[in-house]
Amino acid sequence: MNTHPNSFRTQPDDRGHFGQFGGRYVAETLMPLVLDLEREYRKAQADPAFAAEFDDLLEHYVGRPSPLYFAPRLTEELGGAQVWFKRDELNHTGAHKINNCIGQILLAMRMGKTRIIAETGAGQHGVATATVCARFGLPCVIYMGAEDVARQSPNVFRMKLLGAEVIPVTSGGATLKDAMNEGLRDWVANVHDTFYIIGTAAGPHPYPEMVRNFQSVIGTEARAQMLSRTGRLPDLLVACIGGGSNALGLFHPFLDDADVKMLGVEAAGHGLDGDQHAASLLGGSPGVLHGNRTYLLQDEDGQITEGHSISAGLDYPGIGPEHAWLKESGRVDYTAVTDDEALEGFQLLCRTEGIIPALEPSHAIAAVAKVAPTMPKDSIVLMNLCGRGDKDIFTVAEKLGVEL
Amino acid sequence: MTNRLSTTFAAPRPSLVCFITAGDGDTAANLDALVEAGADVIELGMPFTDPMADGPAIQAANLRSLGAGTTTADVLRYASEFRARHPNVPLVLMGYANPMVRRGPEWFAEAAAAAGVDGVICVDIPPEEDDALGPALRVKGIAPIRLATPTTDAARLPQVLAGSEGFLYYVSVAGITGKQQAVQASIEEAVARLKQSTDLPIAVGFGVRTPEQAAAIARVADGVVVGSALVEICGEYGADAPQHLKTLTAALAEAVHKAR
Repeated sequence: MNTHPNSFRTQPDDRGHFGQFGGRYVAETLMPLVLDLEREYRKAQADPAFAAEFDDLLEHYVGRPSPLYFAPRLTEELGGAQVWFKRDELNHTGAHKINNCIGQILLAMRMGKTRIIAETGAGQHGVATATVCARFGLPCVIYMGAEDVARQSPNVFRMKLLGAEVIPVTSGGATLKDAMNEGLRDWVANVHDTFYIIGTAAGPHPYPEMVRNFQSVIGTEARAQMLSRTGRLPDLLVACIGGGSNALGLFHPFLDDADVKMLGVEAAGHGLDGDQHAASLLGGSPGVLHGNRTYLLQDEDGQITEGHSISAGLDYPGIGPEHAWLKESGRVDYTAVTDDEALEGFQLLCRTEGIIPALEPSHAIAAVAKVAPTMPKDSIVLMNLCGRGDKDIFTVAEKLGVEL
Repeated sequence: MTNRLSTTFAAPRPSLVCFITAGDGDTAANLDALVEAGADVIELGMPFTDPMADGPAIQAANLRSLGAGTTTADVLRYASEFRARHPNVPLVLMGYANPMVRRGPEWFAEAAAAAGVDGVICVDIPPEEDDALGPALRVKGIAPIRLATPTTDAARLPQVLAGSEGFLYYVSVAGITGKQQAVQASIEEAVARLKQSTDLPIAVGFGVRTPEQAAAIARVADGVVVGSALVEICGEYGADAPQHLKTLTAALAEAVHKAR
C-alpha cells in the first residue's frame, strides 16, 4: 500500500500524498507559493531556533502543557473503562486551534510575509488567528460565511476586539467552505505579501502535514503524561473530527503504538441516512476540493453539498486527507454521533465533571459514553477535550428550549 | 490530434477565444451567437459549486447554472450538439477537477472525446497532479491546456510546458477572473518570454473586457480570451443574451482579427 509498511507515521510522501489522498490541487498562480511554503517549512523544521520559539510561546503564551485529567465521576457513571481527558480546552483562546496558529505565524514572519488571512466557520480559528496577529502586530483579515457571522456574533466581536477585519462571505452557501474559497481568492490576488493560515489539517500540501505537526504537541504531551501517571499507554484514543486537526494532533504520536486503538468521531447531524450530516468519511466519497484529494460530501456530478451539524466547527464538507488515508488503511476507526447525542454528551460532562465542553468535543464525549461501558474497568480511554463550551451556550440553550 | 485547435491558431490572424458558462441561459443560442459574431475558439465552462479561482461574475454564473439544474450530462450534450452544428470550431471545456474526475478520468476523457471536445482546461490540476486527468485526456486525443501565470517563474516554466497541448493560456494577472486588468507592458514582456520557451500558441486572458484591450493584446499574442464580460451579459439579459453577446463579440473579433 505504501513504501513504509512498518510505520504509519511517515506520511505524506514527497509530493504530499497520503496514499491516493492529499496532493496539491491548486491553480497555477498558487503553485509556486505552495512550493515556496514547503521549502521554508522544511528549513524551519531543521532550525532549532524555530522549535525553541514555538515551544516557548506554547508554554508561556498558550499555557502548555495542558493537563491530563482523570475523570472519576464520568468514569463511575459510565461503569467501564477509565476516562481521561487531554485538556486542550484550557489553552489560551479556549481550544486547540492556537497551537497551529502560533506555528504558522512564526513561519509567515520567517518568510517575510506582512499580512495574514484565514477562514473560519464557528469563529474559533478566526479568534486564534486574530490573537496571534495581535500578539505579533500583523494585519489580519478573516473570511467568514455570512450565515456564520450571524450565528456566531460573540466570536465576530472577539476577532474585531483583537484588531482583525472580519469579511462576511455571501457567495455560495455563505458558510465555511465558501469562506475558504474566498480565502484562496484573496491569497491568489495577494501572493506577494500574504500568508494564509489554514485552520485544519487540509488544503494543499504542505498544510495537512504542517498543521498535523504543529498540533502533534497534543499527543506528544499526552503520551508522556500518561506514561508518567499510569506507567502505560491508553487502550483507546477518541477525538472529534471536522477537518480533523485536533484528532490528528492526538493520534499521530501514537500511530505506531500497535496496541493503542483510535476512534475518530464525525458529526452525524440529523442522521447519516439523510443528507443533513457532516460525516465526510462515513457518508461521503473521494474527490478533489480546496487543494487536496480527500473524502467529500458531494453529489453524483461532483458538486459539493452542504454539511449540517449542530456544531459549526464540524460543519465542513471535507476532511483532512490523512484521515482519509488512515480510514482506508484501517489504522483508525471512524464513527459518527448525531446532534442529539452530542447535546447529551455536552450535558453529561457539565453534570459529572464540572466542565462545559464545546459542541465539537461533545461529539467525542457521546462516543466515549457509548464505548467506555463495553470496556473492562482496568482499561483506559483518552479523549481530546479540544475546546471549551462558552461559545456554544446560546446554541445549547436554544436546543434545550431555554430563553436567555 | 487537436486538429481544430492547431488549424485555428495556424491562421495568420490572432484568434478570439470566448468563454461562457454552460447551462447559464440558452447555451446553444449563446454559443451560436459567439460563433456567428466571429469567435474563433469556444471555452465552455463546466459549472462547479466552489469556483475558487473565479471572481464574482463567473461565480454567479456557476450558481445560476447549477440553480437551473445543469448536470455533467447536460454540459456534454451542449458540447456534442455544438459540434454537430459547428464541425470546425474548436471547443474547449474549462472547469475544476472534481466534476471532471468524479466518475474517473477515463470516463470523462471518453465522454468529452465522444462529444467532440478538443481541449480541457482544469484550473486546479497543476502539472504536479497531472496523473489525475492528463494521461486519460492524451489517450483520447484531447489537449490538456495548461495555465501560465505571472508567478510561473523561469525555473518552473518547463514543467508547465511539458505535457501542455493545444495552446498555452497565459493568465495575465495574479488574481481571480474578471477583476483588474494587467498592464499592457507586462503582458508583452511575458508573452515574449513564453515565446522563447515554447512553440505552442499563446492566448492571454483575465480581465480583458474591451475591444481596445483585446486589440492591444492581439498585437503580441496568438489569442485573446474574454470571459467575465460575456458571462455578465448572460447574467444581465438571460434569454435575450444572444443579441447582446453578438454585439460585444463582433466588436472584439473585429479588434482582434485586425490587430496586426
